[in-house]
Amino acid sequence: MTTTPPIPNSNSSDISLLEDRRGSVHETGEAPVDMRCGLASLAGAVSQRACVFCGSRVVLYPVADAVHIVHGPIGCAAYTWDIRGSLSSGPELHRLSFSTDLRERDVIYGGENKLKAALLELIDLHKPNAAFIYSTCIVGIIGDDVEAVCRSVSAETGIPVIPVHSEGFKGSKKDGYSAACNALMRLVGNGDTTGIPHLSINILGDFNLAGEIWMIKEYYRRMGIDVIATVTGDGRVADIQRCHGASLNVVQCSGSMIHLAKAMEEKYGIPFIRVSYFGIEDMSRALYDVAEHFEDASLNAKAATLIQEEVAVVMPHLRELREKLKGKRAAVYTGGAFKAFSLVRSLRLLGMKTVIAGSQTGNKADYQELAELCEPGTVLLDDTNPLELAKYMQEKDVDLFIGGVKERPIAYKLGVAFCDHNHERKIALAGFVGLLNFAKEVDASVNSPIWNLVPRRRKTEPTI
Amino acid sequence: MTLLRHTSTDIKPRKALTVNAAKTCQPVGAMYAALGIHRCLPHSHGSQGCCSYHRSALTRHYKEPVMAATSSFTEGASVFGGQANLLKSIETIFDVYAPDIIAVHTTCLSETIGDDIPQIVSKATDKGFVPEGKLVIHCNTPSYIGSHVTGFSNMVMGMVKYLSQTTENTPGTFNVIPGWVEPSDMRELKRLMSVMDLKTILFPDTSDVMDTPLNGDREFYPEGGTTLEELKATGDSSATFALGSFASKAAADALTKKCNVPAEILDLPIGLRATDRFIDAVRTTAGIEVPNSLTRERGRLVDLMSDMHQYFHGKRVALVGDPDQLIALSEFCADLDMRPVYIVSGTPGKAFETKVLERLEERIPEVKIANGSNADMYLLHQWIKQEAVDLIIGNTYCKYISRDENIPMIRHGFPILDRVGHSLFPTVGYMGGMRLCEKILEAFLSKLDRESPDEKVELVM
Repeated sequence: MTTTPPIPNSNSSDISLLEDRRGSVHETGEAPVDMRCGLASLAGAVSQRACVFCGSRVVLYPVADAVHIVHGPIGCAAYTWDIRGSLSSGPELHRLSFSTDLRERDVIYGGENKLKAALLELIDLHKPNAAFIYSTCIVGIIGDDVEAVCRSVSAETGIPVIPVHSEGFKGSKKDGYSAACNALMRLVGNGDTTGIPHLSINILGDFNLAGEIWMIKEYYRRMGIDVIATVTGDGRVADIQRCHGASLNVVQCSGSMIHLAKAMEEKYGIPFIRVSYFGIEDMSRALYDVAEHFEDASLNAKAATLIQEEVAVVMPHLRELREKLKGKRAAVYTGGAFKAFSLVRSLRLLGMKTVIAGSQTGNKADYQELAELCEPGTVLLDDTNPLELAKYMQEKDVDLFIGGVKERPIAYKLGVAFCDHNHERKIALAGFVGLLNFAKEVDASVNSPIWNLVPRRRKTEPTI
Repeated sequence: MTLLRHTSTDIKPRKALTVNAAKTCQPVGAMYAALGIHRCLPHSHGSQGCCSYHRSALTRHYKEPVMAATSSFTEGASVFGGQANLLKSIETIFDVYAPDIIAVHTTCLSETIGDDIPQIVSKATDKGFVPEGKLVIHCNTPSYIGSHVTGFSNMVMGMVKYLSQTTENTPGTFNVIPGWVEPSDMRELKRLMSVMDLKTILFPDTSDVMDTPLNGDREFYPEGGTTLEELKATGDSSATFALGSFASKAAADALTKKCNVPAEILDLPIGLRATDRFIDAVRTTAGIEVPNSLTRERGRLVDLMSDMHQYFHGKRVALVGDPDQLIALSEFCADLDMRPVYIVSGTPGKAFETKVLERLEERIPEVKIANGSNADMYLLHQWIKQEAVDLIIGNTYCKYISRDENIPMIRHGFPILDRVGHSLFPTVGYMGGMRLCEKILEAFLSKLDRESPDEKVELVM
């Protein structure tokens, strides 16, 4: 690592690390990993992170028969209008954008009246099964009593009207997940659980991007297990209200839903397991672990058969693609760390090597696990920024970047292929066929002829 | 089933609820404007989410990396004020990202807390966080006033307030304030000025910032952007052409007041007559002859309009987006013998309706205009359900209406999340007029080709 001052606009690999960031970057194999993480971002950094509101909004958004009203100035509603491909098999209310569009006079005199009026107009307009009210930064400052408005509107309309305490500055995106889970807990327990069989689960933490939850549900159905509620992908209010009748919570996405699973365990005694649906190993584990939970040998056998059938379908294609992907070097930067684990494993199955791995919100244990999973020499990054990403992409000679919306153009400008494993993915990447889809997508980008036409990862000073 | 199946034809007055907004908030406009300064790092003084959302929105629209820093407010900042965060930010930014200038904009949070940005910046200077020769400018962008257009306007005005200077020099330059238009438009405006052989300072200028070539390296500060020297020199220019009163008038007026530079406030030069007015204003102000090449360029647009006028005739159009764009587009649509019947902008301002009506010259008595609070795409969709249109011009979010009602649409405005071209090909000037005609015709004619019964499919159109 150099200690020269940064020289933006020169070749990015000349850029040194900011002193305050040294603890949040680790090269595996150097020493035991003790990542500095879980901290607030350094003020002034070009962070890739978002806020509490963002966390709540992405988690609750797929509940499709509820209305989601953003209480604040227009921006927070505008930026989160249908940006996530969470598919619904029925209503599409979640794809609309509702806002109280707070104006200056509301900020001065308070927004409670406007919120109440907006809620009444909205509920009258769409007759939803529930309403979620998201507080934004400003609501926390002007001190609107959102709880009171919700109680009064709920009494007037007869539907659950639930406040989400998601003021942007009150922590990180992770705290937004908790706020969303608290909101969901107000729904859970209000429905009739009659008729729910013993072999039943809830799927927590899948958002049905590109229809993934339909695939996962079908796998469990084939094992003879009922899925009571999908929280929140393709979610419905009534399902969530009765999901405390299920025997097990199956939780994907380490960050977003663990809080709900823990709360349900505490209140209703429902155990939970953590799973990932990405990659053959993790997907299979997700089925076996559920079977194991129910201590039913026939379930285990059904899972084995299912996995065998599914793997048999995708394996020949995967082998072909592996030939084309062998030896390519990948960088992985995700929101939560759990997805990074799955991606490292999946990439290995495809013959690729992860040379950079990071997340926005991982904790110390996550990074230790990530370090064990990756080969020596892998750069681990917590809450990184574009400068660091560019620096390591060049230093590690990366062929593929897996990340989200803000990372895509950074990769392309460096002449590096890209795969969106975040909100904007267009094809299902979960499940067995998901790995094949993933491999196809990676192949289409990594082996695109465009990279032969660009000055790939130029090492010399710009000449023009 | 349709995507917007929840839209009812029955229009009930709404006082409090906005559905599918036709605007967003101020700070993103300030960020976009600040990106048009060379080697500038925009800074969002508020929660992390604001900065993240604005960067994502701009990245989706331009397919370019967007660099901006944030004060990363926490609970403490909301109680004790954001001074500590901004001080640390200024120190960090100059240390790590080494810009020539930081352009700070506020958010609803920091505005409501009441942070005094100039006071904090002067403290940062006292503490030595601002290196010699480097600058920090700011503007206030409370999200609960105006819209993203207001934020853009405020940041451009901030540039004038902080940077424009009057010296002894009379360089004979002309300022062009382009308004919130695409990098392609800014490039085209510079070309038009250079065709007229005038020395121009265009500010802000996002060309070569938001449309950079792939060169295999990460340029943290791209080549483009108005330089600090140019921004300072705006005070010595002979005149300012401010394009679009909503986005550009405030800065032009500030420059007149501060440096006595006379200003012409014009419409955005979209369409034939708005471009004519722009070129003519330049001609008279600069005392030049319009070069023949430009006259011939204009002639090609008029030629295209006459060649295809039957296909434009009587077509009903819905326009939704930002006021400066809509004022110019409504005139151009009417000039093409189309009928711009619904005009919706989320940006408030009484002047909007007056201006649109003025440009329509009583040609469209049935026009419905709405702007400001509760003027949203839901209302537009309801109008369309009551009486359909033949074309929608607006941002990507119009695609739901377009699909549900089987009405062709042209993407214009912000944001465009699902198509390319806007950052590369202008819609301003005569060339832009030709491009708009081409896009409109393509929309009409391809629908005709697709939907005509076999016996009526025409080869020649």
